[in-house]
Amino acid sequence: MSTELPVLTDKDFASDQEVRWCPRCGDYSILKQMQKVLPGLGIPKENFVFVSGIGCSSRFPYYMNTYGFHSIHGRAPAIATGVKLANPDLQVWVITGDGDSLSIGGNHLMHAIRRNVDLKIILFNNQIYGLTKGQYSPTSPTGSRTKSTPYGSLDTPLNPLCVAIGSEASFVARSVDVDIKHLQATLKRAAEHKGTAFVEVYQDCNVFNSGAFKYAQSKAEKADNVVVLEQGRPLIFGKNRDKGIRVTGLLTPEVVTLGDNIREDDLLFHDEKAEEPSLAFMLARMRRPEFPEPIGVFRCIDRPTYNEAVEDQVTMAVEKEGEGDIEALFRKGDTWEVQ
Amino acid sequence: MASIDEIAPETDSPFDGKPVEQLDQVVIRFCGDSGDGMQLVGTQFTNVSAVFGNDVSTFPDFPAEIRAPAGTLSGVSGFQLHFSSHDIFTPGDAVDTLVAMNPAALKANVADLKRGGLLIVNEDSYDQKNVEKAGYASNPLDDEIALQGFQVHRVPMTRLTRDAVDGLGLSPKEAERCKNFFALGLVYWLYGRDATPTREWVEKKFARTPSLIEANLNALKAGSVYGEVTESFATHFQVPPAELPPGTYRKITGNEALAVGMATAAKLANAELLYSGYPITPASDILHELSKLKHFGVRTFQAEDEIAAMSATVGAAFGGVLAVTASSGPGICLKGEAMGLGMITELPMVIIDVQRGGPSTGLPTKTEQSDLLMAMFGRNGESPLPIVAPATPGDCFFMMQEALRIAIEFMVPVILLSDGYVANGAEPWRIPELSDLKPLRKRHPQPLTNGQAEKGFHAYERDERLVRPWAKPGTTGLEHRIGGLEKSDGSGNVDYDPDNHAHMTATRAEKVAGIADHIPEQDVEGPDHGKVLVVSWGGTYGAVRTAVRQLIREGEAVAHAHLRYLNPFPRNLESLFSQYDRILVPELNNGQLSVLLRSQFLTETVGLNKIQGKPFLVQEVVKSIRELL
Ligand SMILES: Cc1ncc(C[n+]2csc(CCOP(=O)(O)OP(=O)(O)O)c2C)c(N)n1
Ligand code: SF4
Repeated sequence: MSTELPVLTDKDFASDQEVRWCPRCGDYSILKQMQKVLPGLGIPKENFVFVSGIGCSSRFPYYMNTYGFHSIHGRAPAIATGVKLANPDLQVWVITGDGDSLSIGGNHLMHAIRRNVDLKIILFNNQIYGLTKGQYSPTSPTGSRTKSTPYGSLDTPLNPLCVAIGSEASFVARSVDVDIKHLQATLKRAAEHKGTAFVEVYQDCNVFNSGAFKYAQSKAEKADNVVVLEQGRPLIFGKNRDKGIRVTGLLTPEVVTLGDNIREDDLLFHDEKAEEPSLAFMLARMRRPEFPEPIGVFRCIDRPTYNEAVEDQVTMAVEKEGEGDIEALFRKGDTWEVQ
Repeated sequence: MASIDEIAPETDSPFDGKPVEQLDQVVIRFCGDSGDGMQLVGTQFTNVSAVFGNDVSTFPDFPAEIRAPAGTLSGVSGFQLHFSSHDIFTPGDAVDTLVAMNPAALKANVADLKRGGLLIVNEDSYDQKNVEKAGYASNPLDDEIALQGFQVHRVPMTRLTRDAVDGLGLSPKEAERCKNFFALGLVYWLYGRDATPTREWVEKKFARTPSLIEANLNALKAGSVYGEVTESFATHFQVPPAELPPGTYRKITGNEALAVGMATAAKLANAELLYSGYPITPASDILHELSKLKHFGVRTFQAEDEIAAMSATVGAAFGGVLAVTASSGPGICLKGEAMGLGMITELPMVIIDVQRGGPSTGLPTKTEQSDLLMAMFGRNGESPLPIVAPATPGDCFFMMQEALRIAIEFMVPVILLSDGYVANGAEPWRIPELSDLKPLRKRHPQPLTNGQAEKGFHAYERDERLVRPWAKPGTTGLEHRIGGLEKSDGSGNVDYDPDNHAHMTATRAEKVAGIADHIPEQDVEGPDHGKVLVVSWGGTYGAVRTAVRQLIREGEAVAHAHLRYLNPFPRNLESLFSQYDRILVPELNNGQLSVLLRSQFLTETVGLNKIQGKPFLVQEVVKSIRELL
């Protein structure tokens, strides 16, 4: 019998449901790239599960012709953990927004990541609450003028990647909705990682927060505003690829211009495998306008997954105690006979 | 003084020398400071009594604080145990023998001691400091008038314990800590108990510290020797074994029975089980018990909070395994939203609520039945869920399986209402034959081949019971999406159509109501018509049954219907009501079952309501029935 998988295409992953995001919403591109990446992974279609919370982005599973669960606000990581523990053979994706994952669901996000449950968590960061029509979110910059903050928001935003790194993430990446090639490559890397893969995607909400990431999307601007991380390669950016990141002191980054007295070798070389998360953390904290914002894989290390550990413990218990015997369990402790 | 070994009877045959008086039943309460080990000795006494063949019923009662200030009233911990030569249903109203290790324990408990009862105190702990801490003006043992009605035994337990462990190299503190075993030994002698199971327990427990084995066994022995050789106890007592239905028995608590019930269900269904929980009193023991049962294919997940535990349960149900979570009131509040998700996605799972005193943090270690209406209505929207409630600790085993059966047969989250009293109380449990248990069958639709897949899989296509299929992710051709948005009947696609919403709301309710055809009819103990029908549910079973039996024996036209199925109610319940003049509903809440009975059946009920964090006394129920006769 042939065990070869049927050849699938992106169309096989599109459901029959009409996609209902606002025209030109960044979510469309992310959906498209996902549908393009999945057929190449060598995983049977029935083994994919998409779990989401609530928000515009969380409608995503309805549009994927896979198993899907559109759940409740913020809880997707916990629901996905249940799915993965129920059946570790499934590849489980979590689709979430910045409000969904970092506001109401912050707790679950943090704990899924620290446990290293084998989930692929894609956070669509549009720095706004889309579905509830435009309130500021935990990633909105301080001073954001939104429906609920007409005088400007007061709180300091969270940096999703810093939250993930602080939670001991084994895989952390960032990409941009319309950067098709880069996004596809990043999703593929996430899919191939064993453990929680956390990906932040800059996503344009063109209705309530239009242009928030224009600096990283538009051809004209992105060269100067974005630096692409490549394993073992120096951090170089700029239209003319003449600028770079150098590190001084205790991991203090600075922007330098390549020239006579600064050569490539003086620059920071990326190492996603670094055991210590300090480098990834420093990179995650680089923000415009002082720095170009890194995209790519910040961190990718090996760490035991929670779901495997759970299975191992079951196997170990069976080895130690033997296959559970119900009748012996009934009789545990002192028993006595009544004639 | 002769050494203990010289005096102690070798055989443990306790009835040497002093006269033995035969009793039918005894209620003992051990009480002392939380650090005095009262729960431990109570449990040991229960075990040996159960092994001996008595029927037993227990009531552990301890403070919420792990270590309240020593010697104070708030730190008093008690363990009451009723053992008898006939079958019993409650830990007893009034106490025959009270062991009070310190003045605070005496103060908090003496009111429950019967006139003429035995009061055994550790005289050494009645010093000025402890007397004051308990809020007595002077030493209560000197108050002859107050103690007049009791047989008081002042035993210098601390000193005698120290003597018994002398020479074993224990620190004074360690030595003193053995005094609970001294007390236990004394009471073992008093009631002719064979200490063998306790000795074995001590040997196992302290296997790593032989000096503690010896110390505790010495203290135990010293206690029984004290009873045997001192003048103070003239007689001892014997409570013969009870005539229980034949079989093999063990002792079981409600929480243990839930765990064993779950493992059994997994076995019967040949399925894996994921139990998710977040620690909370009095539900935590379920997690502790289950996490020892990994070799039964049980996975346990200690989640970050109850919301996550509930969510993981929904996820696991979607993933196709048996999914269970448990909590108590405060945690059930947090679970509400995700329970609604389980409801609308029509996935099978069980949510256990081990009720405790509320509202808010309330009385964490005390019992109450005040979450019934939350279980019925505590979710947004029209969200009816089946509810079952075990009557006794042993019944938890059966109702756990019943809850899972209903969940998977009807694709619906089921709520199981236990309570602190049932969860921590213990009773002899007749070990069932595996072959006598109802089978539990998980059904999943088969993969669709290419041709069939064209037509697509309809996740909400219902059978004649209105049940939708449980398609497991990983199955070819059954890819589908579900979620919290209203869905179209049949396809399961998102649907905002007003008529569809009305239809789906009605269908979900009808499906749950239809479960009534698949649960047993309500049975009644007592005459099939008469003056009063007492209707109870949950952990009040024992007190109510005992009360009703007493009145039936007295010739009254009283009957008892104990509900284990609360939603839907058994089909014949309404017709039962018409057979009796009055309906009495005793509940440890403000009348929540009454609310349901009145609204569903437009029937008049009389409530007996108690909200003190304590179970009913039999006599409270008797009195209240009498008032209606
Ligand atoms: C318990 C609960 N609280 C509030 C809401 C309302 N709500 C729905 S989506 C949302 C915010 C979504 O923002 P985000 O996660 O950034 O997703 P986006 O819509 O921007 O993709 C809120 C507050 C809800 N559905 N449930
Ligand atoms: S509101 Fe914003 S995020 Fe939501 S669909 Fe429209 S554009 Fe996209």
